[in-house]
Amino acid sequence: MFKLVKRLTSVVAMFAVLFTFTTETMAAKKSKTLKNTQKKGFVRCGVSQGLPGFSNADAAGNWTGVDVDVCRAVAAAVLGDASKVKFTPLSAKERFTALTSNEIDILSRNTTWTLSRDADIGLTFVGVNFYDGQGFMVRKNSGISSVNDFKAGVSACTNLGTTTELNMRDFFNSKGIKYEPVTFEKADEVVAAYDAGRCDTYTTDKSGLAAQRIKLSNPDDHMVLPETISKEPLGPVVRQGDSVWEDIVRWSLNTMIEAEEYGVTSANADMMKTSDNPAVKRLVGAEGELGAALGLDNEWSLRIIKQVGNYGESYKRNIADTGILPDRGPNQLWTKGGILYVPPAR
Amino acid sequence: MNFKKILPQLLTLVVVILVFGFFSYNAQVNMENRGITFGYGFLSQESSFDVQFSLIEYDGSHSYFRAYLVGLLNTILVSVIGIVFATIIGVVVGIARLSNNYLIERTAAIYVEFFRNIPLLLQIFFWYFAALRALPLPEKADPIFGVFFLTIKGFFVPAFVWNNLDIFIYSVIAAIISIVFVRLYAKKKQENQGIQTPVLSISIGLLIILPLLSFLLGGVNASVEIPVIEQLSQTSFTFKGGLKLPPELISLALALSLYTATFIAECVRAGVQGVSKGQKEAAASIGLTPNQVLKLVVMPQALRIIIPPTTNQYLNLTKNSSLAAAIAYPDLVLVFAGTALMQTGRAIEIVSITMLTYLTLSITISIFMNWYNKKIAIKEK
Repeated sequence: MFKLVKRLTSVVAMFAVLFTFTTETMAAKKSKTLKNTQKKGFVRCGVSQGLPGFSNADAAGNWTGVDVDVCRAVAAAVLGDASKVKFTPLSAKERFTALTSNEIDILSRNTTWTLSRDADIGLTFVGVNFYDGQGFMVRKNSGISSVNDFKAGVSACTNLGTTTELNMRDFFNSKGIKYEPVTFEKADEVVAAYDAGRCDTYTTDKSGLAAQRIKLSNPDDHMVLPETISKEPLGPVVRQGDSVWEDIVRWSLNTMIEAEEYGVTSANADMMKTSDNPAVKRLVGAEGELGAALGLDNEWSLRIIKQVGNYGESYKRNIADTGILPDRGPNQLWTKGGILYVPPAR
Repeated sequence: MNFKKILPQLLTLVVVILVFGFFSYNAQVNMENRGITFGYGFLSQESSFDVQFSLIEYDGSHSYFRAYLVGLLNTILVSVIGIVFATIIGVVVGIARLSNNYLIERTAAIYVEFFRNIPLLLQIFFWYFAALRALPLPEKADPIFGVFFLTIKGFFVPAFVWNNLDIFIYSVIAAIISIVFVRLYAKKKQENQGIQTPVLSISIGLLIILPLLSFLLGGVNASVEIPVIEQLSQTSFTFKGGLKLPPELISLALALSLYTATFIAECVRAGVQGVSKGQKEAAASIGLTPNQVLKLVVMPQALRIIIPPTTNQYLNLTKNSSLAAAIAYPDLVLVFAGTALMQTGRAIEIVSITMLTYLTLSITISIFMNWYNKKIAIKEK
C-alpha cells in the first residue's frame, strides 16, 4: 500500500514537471522576469513603508491596499495564487533603485507617472491605478480655508524625494509666496513634526493626506483644503526592456478595472463563464485565447477576479470602507462619471 | 635591483585595478541593458526644488551643483558647530572626571556612560521631538534679553546689517597677522633675553583696537535688525527679519555634540592621567606656579595622548552628521543624495560624488589634525 502511494506521487511529480515544461511557452522564454518569477514561486513586489489604503501591513504582517492588490493580481495570473507575493517596503528614495537593480519585479508604491521617470531612468509605467492630486492640510482653527489664504513665511512639511517638492515650488512661486520647505525622509516624521506645530501646513497627495490624517493626535482639528495643485496619476512600474512582463502587469490591472465595468465580481466570476456577452466571456477566459498571448493559461484573468476581486471591490475594501476616501471622485469608471477607462481585453 | 620587493606591490596594484575595472564594467553593462544613461551633465540643469535653510543664496532656479554646495555647506556648518561644542563639553567633562569632588566626578561619569551608550539616531530623534514638544509657538515665546526668540519654528536672533563689511574683515585679518608677529617677537625675546611678554593681553587689545578703528575711520557701521512677529493666519505666526536658526540645526548640533563629547571626555581623561605624577611634582619643585605646571608641563604631554583619538571623534562627528536626513536638516545627504538623487534618478553619479565629498572632508580634518599632532609631538634633539 505504502509503495503504491510512493509510486503514485512520483508519477504525479513527473506530470507536474511535464506540465511546467509545456506551459513555458514562447512568451515565457522571451521574458526573463516571468521565467524567474515562475521558478521562484513568488512575485517580488515593492510597496510603501505604510500608507493606509494603498499598502499597509497589519500587526501580523499581512499587507493590504489597492497597490498591494495589483501585485496580488499579478501573482494570481502568473502563479495561480494571489498570496504568493513577497513585499519589500521601500522609501521614496530607494524605490527606483530597488527596481532597476533587480531587487523587485513590480514597484506598486503610489508612484507618480512623469515623463522624466518613464523615459530617463530605465523604468516603464504600465498604467494608472489611482488618479490623485497634491493638496494641503491645515489646522481648522487657522482660518485658512483656501490655498489663496497662505502668506509669505508659511512653513510646509512634506516627504523627501517626491514630485510633491517640485509641485510645491511651482505652486508657491506662481503665487509669489516665499515659503519654508521642511522635508523628511519618512512619512511618520512628517506627521509628527506637523502635529507638533513645526509646520503650518502638510502637503502631499490628497489620498496620502486623508490616510495620514488618521495618525494625528486630534484628526478632527485638521482639514484638507479643497484645491488640488497638481496631477498625480499613480500606478505600477516595471523595469524597462521586458515587454512581456510589462504586458502582464498592465493587463492584470486592466482586467480588474474591466471586470468592474462588466459587473464581474469575485462572487459571480464563475457564473459569468456562461454569460451571453462575449466581452464578459473573454474576460473570464471562457472564450478566446488571450492568455496565450501573454504566455499564461486562459484562466489567468478569472483567477485575478476570483482571488483579488475587481477594481471596485478592491477600492471599497481598502479605501472606502476604511474611511480614507469614501468618495471615489475621478477614480470612478468612465461610464459613471469618472476617468477610469482601459483598452478592451480582446 | 630590489625587484622582489616591488613585485608584490605591483601585483596588488594590478589586482586593485582589475577589481575596480570589473565593477565599473559590470555597472556599465547593466546600466546599458536597463537603458540608464550615465553622465554628470545634470549638475548644470535647473534643480527646481527649494531648500529650507542655506548659507548661500539658493532657490529652485539655481543648478543642481548649487544645491550640492548648499548641502555641503550645511554639513560643514553643523560639523563645525558640533566639533566646537563637543570639544568644549568634552574637555570640561573630562577634567571634571578627574575632580576630587565626589559629586562632580560622579555627575560627569554618569553623563558619559548615559550618552555614549544610547544610539545616536535615537538621541537625534529625542532632541528633535523633545524640542518640538517643549518649545513654545512663536506667538507665545518669551523674548530672551528682549531680542532673542526661541520657538518651535526656530531660534530667531537679531542680525547685523553691515555697511562696508569688507573693511571690517580686512581690519580683523590685519589684527590676526599682527598678533602672529607679536607672538614671534615675544618668543625670540624670551629665548634671547629670558624676558616674558604678556602676549595674551596684547593680542586681545589688538583684536579690539583694530576693528574699532575701522568703525571710527573706515566708515564701517552696523545696525541691528531685530526679529518681529508676523501673523500668517488666525492662529499661526512666525518671525520676520533677523537671523533664523531652524530647530533641526539646533537639535542636530546638540545631539552630535552631547554624544561626541562623551568620547572626547574619555580621551581627555586618559591623556591627563597618562602624564606621570612625577612630572607635576618636578615642575612644582622648580618653582612653577600651578597654572604654569598645567600649561607648560602637563598639557603638552597630555595633548600627545589626546589628539590622535580625538581626531577619530571629529571624523565620526562629521560622518554622523549625515543622520540629519531623519529630522529634515538639509545637509548633503538630504539635499543632494536625497532630493537631487530622486529628481534626477542618477544614483551612481550622485552617490559617488557624495562619497568622494565625505572622503575629502574627513581627509582634510585628518591632515589638519595630523599636522597639529606632529607639531606637539616630542621633538628629539
